[in-house]
Amino acid sequence: MAVDVKRSVRAGPRQAHSGRLQRRTTSTAYGFLLPNLLGFLIFTFFPVLAALLISFSHWDLLRPPEWAGLANYRRLVDDATFHRVLRNTFVYVLGTVPAQMVLALLVAMALNARIPGRLFFRAAYFMPVVASTVAVALVWRWIFHADFGLLNSVLFMLGVDDPPSWLQSTRWALPAIIIMSIWQQIGFSMVLFLAGLQSVPAHLYEAAKIDGASSWHRFVHITIPMLSSTTFFVLVISIINSFQVFDQAFIMTEGGPANATNTLVFNIYRYAFQFFQMGYAAAMAWVLFAIIFVVTVVQFRYQRQWVHYD
Amino acid sequence: MLGYTIGNWLLVIFLVPTAVVMLMPFVWMLSTSLKSAGAVFEYPPSFIPSPLRWDNYSRLFEVLPFARFFVNSLVVAGSVTLLGVSTSAMAAYAFARLRFPGRDALFLGYLGTLMIPAQVVIIPNFILLRTLGWIDTYQALILPAAFSAFGTFLLRQYFLTIPGELEDAAVVDGASHWQIFTRVILPLSGPALSALAIFTFLFNWNSFLYPLVVTNSVTMSTLTVGLNTLQGQYNTAWTLLMAGSVLALLPVLTVFLFAQRYFIKGITLTGIGGR
Repeated sequence: MAVDVKRSVRAGPRQAHSGRLQRRTTSTAYGFLLPNLLGFLIFTFFPVLAALLISFSHWDLLRPPEWAGLANYRRLVDDATFHRVLRNTFVYVLGTVPAQMVLALLVAMALNARIPGRLFFRAAYFMPVVASTVAVALVWRWIFHADFGLLNSVLFMLGVDDPPSWLQSTRWALPAIIIMSIWQQIGFSMVLFLAGLQSVPAHLYEAAKIDGASSWHRFVHITIPMLSSTTFFVLVISIINSFQVFDQAFIMTEGGPANATNTLVFNIYRYAFQFFQMGYAAAMAWVLFAIIFVVTVVQFRYQRQWVHYD
Repeated sequence: MLGYTIGNWLLVIFLVPTAVVMLMPFVWMLSTSLKSAGAVFEYPPSFIPSPLRWDNYSRLFEVLPFARFFVNSLVVAGSVTLLGVSTSAMAAYAFARLRFPGRDALFLGYLGTLMIPAQVVIIPNFILLRTLGWIDTYQALILPAAFSAFGTFLLRQYFLTIPGELEDAAVVDGASHWQIFTRVILPLSGPALSALAIFTFLFNWNSFLYPLVVTNSVTMSTLTVGLNTLQGQYNTAWTLLMAGSVLALLPVLTVFLFAQRYFIKGITLTGIGGR
C-alpha cells in the first residue's frame, strides 16, 4: 500500500481533544463535499424547488412571472393535446419495454450457452446502446422512408404491394418509433440478463435434469425465478427511461404527423423552448415526475409477489 | 468447430439473422454515406456503392463546421466527466467515511433528487443561464451537467463496500483524510470509477436535449445538435446526413469495440447506461 506510513508520531494525543477533533473532521468533511455540493445545490437542488414555483406561475420570460395558483395544472385537465401526449407516451412505454425485455432475455439465454462467436454477437446486440440516439434516429428515418426506404424496399420484394408510409402515417409513426427504440434498448437489458443468468448455480439445472424436468420446465421453474431480481431491476430502469423518450420523436417526426408521436418530454420542450410558456411546461414536467414516481413505487410495492432475492 | 453441440449450433442459426438485423442500420448508414446522390434512390437497393463517393464527407465539412462540433463535443463530454467524477468521488468519500453534522440530511437531499427527471430541472436551469448571460457558452454546456447526484450516490455505495481495516493502518500512522482518499480508496475503486467515467462521457457525448436548449449558434453546437442543424438544412440529402451520422458514431463505436468488456462490466456493476 502506498500510504505514507512512517509519519506515525502525531497519532498520540487524539482522545484528549475530541471536541477540537470533531470540528476538524467537520471542516475536512465539508472540504471534501464542497465542490460537488455547490454544483448540486446550484444546478439541481434549488432548480427543483424553482421548478415547483414556476409551475404555479405564468411566465413568458419577457414580463416578470405572475402567480397563477393551480391554473396550469387545471389547464392540463382540459388540454386535448396533452391527453394525446399522455396516451402516446404510455403506448410507447407499453410497446417498447415488454418487447425489448423478452427479446433481450431470449438473446441472453442463447448467448449464455457455449456457442461460437459469442463476443461478436454480444458486441452486435450492444452496439446500438452506445450509439448516439440522434445519429441512429437519422438512419432509421431513412430506413422508414415511405418510397425509397430500406424497409419498404424489402417489404416490396416480399410481395407487400402497399406497405405503410411509416413516419408520415398517423397510424404507423408511433409503431415505427417503438420498433427503433426496441432495437436500441435490447443490448442494455441483454447485458444485465446475461450477468443474471451467469449467476444461476449450474447444480440447480443438473439436479432438475436428473429428475427428468424438460427444458421448458427448467426455464419456468429455475431460470425465471432465479432471474426475478434482475428482471425487476431491468423493468424499473427501462420504464423510467422510456417515459423520458425525446430524441427519437424530435429527429424522426418532430412529434407528428398531427401529434401522433408527440411525447411528454417533446411536448415539454415545445411549450418551454418554442412557445415560452414556462409555467405550463413546468407543470407538465411535474406530471412526468408524478407518473414515474407512482409507477416506480407501485412496482416496488408489488415486487414481493414475484421477485425472489436469495 | 468440435466441442459445440448441435443445440448450440441451432442457437447460432437463431442468432445470425437477428444479429444481422441489429447491425443493418449501421451498415446501411455507412453504405448510404458513400453513395452518389442519385444512387440513393435505386431499386432494388444495393449495399456496396460504386463508385465510392468519399467526397460526401469533405462536403460535410464545407456545409457545416463539423470539426468544430467535434471539438465542442470532446471538450464538453471530457470536462463534464473530469469534473463530475472527481468532485463526486470527493463528496462520496465524505458521505461514506466521515462523520459530520448534517450528513444524513444532505445525503437524503441527494437521494431525493435522483428520481426527479432531468426535464424538470432543465427549465429553471435555462432561466438561470439566461439571466447569467451564459447561453451559448462552454460553461453553460458543462457546469449544470457536471454535478449529478447519481455519481456521488454510486461512488458512496461503492466506497462502503471497501473494508475499513484497509484504512485503519493508515489512520493509526497519522495519514490525513486526503492521503487515505487518494492512496487507499481511489486505487481500490478502479472498476466503479471507470464505469462512472465511461458512462458519463458516453451520456454527454450523445446528449441532445440539453445542448439543444442552451446553445443557439452553430459554432457552439455539439455533434448531436450539429446533426440536427444538418437535418434542418438538408432534410433529404441522405448521403450527407448519413456521412454526418457516421462521423458522430465513429469515435464512440471504435472505443467500444476495443474496450467492450469495460462497458459490459460497468453496466453489470452499476446498472447505468440505459436510456
